Amino acid sequence: MTDSKYFTTTKKGEIFELKGELNSDKKEKKKEAVKKVIASMTVGKDVSALFPDVVNCMQTDNLELKKLVYLYLMNYAKSQPDMAIMAVNTFVKDCEDTNPLIRALAVRTMGCIRVDKITEYLCEPLRKCLKDEDPYVRKTAAVCVAKLHDINAQLVEDQGFLDQLRELLSDSNPMVVANAVAALSEISDTSPSPAAQMEMNQQTINKLLAALNECTEWGQIFILDALSNYVPKDDREAQSICERVTPRLAHSNAGVVLSAVKVLMKGMEYVGMETEFVTTLQKKLAPPLVTLLSSEPEVQYVALRNINLIVQKRPDILKHEMKVFFVKYNDPIYVKLENWTSYPSATQENIAQVLAELKEYATEVDVDFVRKSVRAIGRCAIKVEQAAERCVSTLLDLIQTKVNYVVQEAIVVIKDIFRKYPNKYESIISTLCENLESLDEPDARASMIWIVGEYAERIDNADELLESFLEGFHDESTQVQLQLLTAIVKLFLKKPTETQELVQQVLSLATQDSDNPDLRDRGYIYWRLLSTDPAAAKEVVLAEKPLISSETDRLEPTLLDELICYIASLASVYHKPPSAFVEGQALVVRRTQLPVRSASGEPGATGATESPVPQQAQPVQQQQSVIPSHDTAMGDLLGDLLSMDLNPQPQQQMSMTPAPQQDMGGMDLLGGGLDSLLGGPSPVAGMPASQASMGGGLGDILGLGISSTTYVPPKQVWLPAPKAKGLEVSGTFSIRQNVRYMDLTLKNNAMAPMGDFAIQFNKNSFGLSPASALQVPSPLSPGQTADVTLPLGTNGPVQKMDPLMNLQVAMKNNIDVFYFSCLIPIHLLFTEDGQMEYANQTSDRKVFLATWKDIPDSNEVQKEIANPNQLDPKGISDKLQQSFIFTIAQRNVDGRDMLYQSLKLTNGIWVLAELKIQPRSPTMTLSLKTRALDVIPQVQQAYELIIANM
Amino acid sequence: MIGGLFIYNHKGEVLISRVYRDDIGRNAVDAFRVNVIHARQQVRSPVTNIARTSFFHIKRSNIWLACVTKQNVNAGLVFEFLNKMVEVMQSYFGKISEDNIKNNFVLIYELLDEILDFGYPQNADTSILKTFITQTGIKAQVTKEEQSQITSQVTGQISWRREGIKYRRNELFLDVLENVNLLMSPQGQVLSAHVAGRIVMKSYLSGMPECKFGINDKLVLDKSGRSDDPSKVSATGKSSIAIDDCTFHQCVRLSKFETEHSISFIPPDGEYELMRYRTTKDISLPFRVIPLVREVGRTKMEVKVVIKSNFKPSLLAQKIEVRIPTPLNTSGVQVICMKGKAKYKASENAIVWKLKRMGGMKESQISAEIELLPSDKKKWSRPPISMNFEVPFAPSGLKVRYLKVFEPKLNYSDHDVIKWVRYIGRSGLYETRC
Repeated sequence: MTDSKYFTTTKKGEIFELKGELNSDKKEKKKEAVKKVIASMTVGKDVSALFPDVVNCMQTDNLELKKLVYLYLMNYAKSQPDMAIMAVNTFVKDCEDTNPLIRALAVRTMGCIRVDKITEYLCEPLRKCLKDEDPYVRKTAAVCVAKLHDINAQLVEDQGFLDQLRELLSDSNPMVVANAVAALSEISDTSPSPAAQMEMNQQTINKLLAALNECTEWGQIFILDALSNYVPKDDREAQSICERVTPRLAHSNAGVVLSAVKVLMKGMEYVGMETEFVTTLQKKLAPPLVTLLSSEPEVQYVALRNINLIVQKRPDILKHEMKVFFVKYNDPIYVKLENWTSYPSATQENIAQVLAELKEYATEVDVDFVRKSVRAIGRCAIKVEQAAERCVSTLLDLIQTKVNYVVQEAIVVIKDIFRKYPNKYESIISTLCENLESLDEPDARASMIWIVGEYAERIDNADELLESFLEGFHDESTQVQLQLLTAIVKLFLKKPTETQELVQQVLSLATQDSDNPDLRDRGYIYWRLLSTDPAAAKEVVLAEKPLISSETDRLEPTLLDELICYIASLASVYHKPPSAFVEGQALVVRRTQLPVRSASGEPGATGATESPVPQQAQPVQQQQSVIPSHDTAMGDLLGDLLSMDLNPQPQQQMSMTPAPQQDMGGMDLLGGGLDSLLGGPSPVAGMPASQASMGGGLGDILGLGISSTTYVPPKQVWLPAPKAKGLEVSGTFSIRQNVRYMDLTLKNNAMAPMGDFAIQFNKNSFGLSPASALQVPSPLSPGQTADVTLPLGTNGPVQKMDPLMNLQVAMKNNIDVFYFSCLIPIHLLFTEDGQMEYANQTSDRKVFLATWKDIPDSNEVQKEIANPNQLDPKGISDKLQQSFIFTIAQRNVDGRDMLYQSLKLTNGIWVLAELKIQPRSPTMTLSLKTRALDVIPQVQQAYELIIANM
Repeated sequence: MIGGLFIYNHKGEVLISRVYRDDIGRNAVDAFRVNVIHARQQVRSPVTNIARTSFFHIKRSNIWLACVTKQNVNAGLVFEFLNKMVEVMQSYFGKISEDNIKNNFVLIYELLDEILDFGYPQNADTSILKTFITQTGIKAQVTKEEQSQITSQVTGQISWRREGIKYRRNELFLDVLENVNLLMSPQGQVLSAHVAGRIVMKSYLSGMPECKFGINDKLVLDKSGRSDDPSKVSATGKSSIAIDDCTFHQCVRLSKFETEHSISFIPPDGEYELMRYRTTKDISLPFRVIPLVREVGRTKMEVKVVIKSNFKPSLLAQKIEVRIPTPLNTSGVQVICMKGKAKYKASENAIVWKLKRMGGMKESQISAEIELLPSDKKKWSRPPISMNFEVPFAPSGLKVRYLKVFEPKLNYSDHDVIKWVRYIGRSGLYETRC
């Protein structure tokens, strides 16, 4: 019982002494020495020099000693990889031990040693341990797979450990299942590879639900967290999952309860909107949430942060439970502060009680807490009209206390109340004015000035008051300066005769003596308005103000929906998406959207696309634009001249012209560009000669009529301005010179310039990802439009989307991050090498025919498609070829032309087609055959589009 | 998942540091010390994010326990785990103190190795852990049967009880422990009141007994209402209570409770908490506090507090303590009380009035004159008057109806088990604003 002595060794030469003791013959002495080493390690001393000596102690029967040595190994193996190898033999031997505890210990420790050479040796024992007869070893091995994946993901996939792990999901022992779930979830969370994704079907779900009843509390959390990522097929399934998860709400572990709440909150979204089931479920959620508030303060804090989200999403849940949020005097401050924001909204019935509470809090000591309480009183007033009067009188009482920060906060709040209920409570203005001198915070000063300006006609000495502020104009913050400017202009418009001097003074201060552009701009606007048309000025400045909404302090709905999917996790505590605080490129968010409902309330009916796109990583840092301005101008000019969409970006130029010509002036560029377009010998050399588009494109380019070879759908509005704080994004996709582009038009409908644009894609079915950073002329001033092209790669992370072609995009600018989604036209993904050989020259095998026959008939889909222009087979064939649909053979049967065609998608899926064309008929028959039936509707659509539009 | 776990003393010196994941470096240990333990202002959240690393901490006496992670972990799980860790350590070596931790650091590392694997909490049940993590070291000569018994318990469905337990006398102790919480306005209006109850059991039973537990929960009684005697229910009026919510020890079959409202379980051996519950309706408040505070000028205050006991005269309340806060600028206090002892404690800024016991339906009062130093500091925030007590009944009205024990394999029956039930009501936060 005197292990503490190990902490006190601070002698010099200690390492040397320890070395001696470690090599001692006496077992006891050895053990003592190892303990000393571990103690030093804990305190942060470097004891790595003892590595060989400690490892020598590993061969022992004493389990306690062994564990200590392992602990040492885990810490230092990385710094001494060569020495660590010495330990491998013991590990491998221990993995064969008869004692399951030792087997598990060995495999557990080995996974923690992040040395490549050791990892190699780990594979065999791990494979055995995953199939060990003892569940204790299996559960340890399951976690070890996750460890190995963290060290070497490829190895795990190559060695088939993932499959073994999936098998463990059906293990008879619930703890093994739970650990396997935890490991699989983590792997699919961190790995971009599709093979590592955790496929969950009804069968696995049932197994998990069964294990849920039997495993440890922690295991239940792993399983519930995994369940919350599952998307049920229909509302019946969602309902049955909810039913089986509900009993967990009575668990004593708050983690289990919160995770169960997450599953249920998501489940309710999948079940219909207003069903009885949802109503009863909501009722069942309330008591456990309240119970969480009587656990340890730290758990309470987590619960409160989550309740905040839950109440915002479903305000009904805690409607009747307001009292539990009353703050207790001895609560830690973080619980007190949180109780506030979680408050279920005040209603007419409970307002008296709430106000009494709030007033009580406003006299507390903690400044933040008091401020929040005062603000809450204001919110009540704005929300419940009947209570406004009581709130105002409460606020007045608080102002009488003359406690500085209370007064200031109250004035800010009263300003909002004035805005909500104009011409109702102005009688209190005089009381407010009494406190003018005590205001020293910009917020409060600005609010007070606003009040004076707004009600200038009722305040006799308004001009004096404002003048007093004007004295220190330059020392004020911008916010106050702007407010003062406006207030004085208002005053002038109301009492023109007495205040002319004052207004001139402020205008000159704002326009001449200030270097703040906002202030100068506003000053000039007022000045001109006043000098040209005072009547108009009156209309503008004294216009009726829009009412303010009562729902401040709320999260944006898209963010809220995303956070609901992260209930219980850190994201829900921070109220930030994980991308904001978790590092790592590989971080890929799984399905974290709530389902979006169509008006009918049918789940997933539209496959709607408005859902939030979780960002995969932090917003991309915008690359500095390096193109000198005249170059850009030249590029644009060129583009116009040729009526070609020549992109002025360097990457783009690279693909058009060989490098040496890049830096030359406009003339050369023109020459180079033309050369390449005309298929001149040198510039094109870099491109594959077989490029089909060139042939097709050439004719078009000579006609100078068309800007790209493949069919480009017209631009659509993807992100309407109101949803993105004034940024409107419309776009389309195109292929030019073998490069796929997203063509975007960004329009700034907001009042302020925008800049710092960046773009990111969510994982999508075909792995589309931006190949370079988004280059937007920055800043984009109000009203300005910018056309931008974004080259795309096809080797990004892949995840099957629903609908298949859905692409979720996150766009960032200096204002916010916006999410939208769009559909990728499938022909964007057709590749130029999609021409299947009709027959293999060497073996004389009819490749096309063989492939056609190879695909089962069940995979053939026929459809009548339109041929509005009644094109002949040649015309159709040419047209399709431009979009990389290649005609391989052509036959004429009974007066009908048959075209046999092939195309290949970027992910290697082949689609074979047979097109029957009846002369002079407006329709034709298209039969498609492919192994991936999912793409057929899209391909059919592409055919129709291309034929109709080109 | 959890990337590492550190334990610090109050000075911020690290006592235990166990890193589970590669993304947590040694600098994390220092980051927490600098930004949380040594922070100039008291931290305002138990979760702190420093340079994209999140720290979860709890503090027990003057020891800090912190979990570190760089991932989006389940925050509920982390705090529950930290609390569990404290519980495990306490059951191994008692109070969490710097000395105890230093004395047992080898044991703690061994425990941490077992109950957290790669940051995933594993079985942390003390009764099981004690079977194979012992301070003396596991005996090398454990038989194969014993080994597999240990592992099957660690991973098994009934991970909280080992097989083959035998007692000569089968005995059961059942404690209904309630904390009654109250917040009352100066006018005597109940602002909020709730009872947080726990049912703590000590079971000394042989074999793997199956237990069934029944309380006078309204829901259960209403459901099986017909079989009960209806006259009995109406006669007492309050023979059943409405439980707002309850949570159970992991041994209770939750799905069975959900469907049949019956509490059935195989109990752990020894002491454990079977159930927690919460009620808010029809609470019989054992005491009422009536405050009267009068500010006489700027330098004097008069306080009078009356307490009334409100329960059967035959019962006795114990350990009564009333704490009356005084302003910070108090210079002197004169106290007069008829019963008990009262003292002004300057260090705590309060008058503490203690009564050893008090019968039901009685009244007692204290009055005090407080002299103040003139000060122009901001207003005194008047903290509430708080009270502590212990009463021998359950303020929620909860009654144990039955606890049946079945052990089909061993030949003892429900009748052979000796059962003891005790009710204790204690004050939680029992506050009256003044």
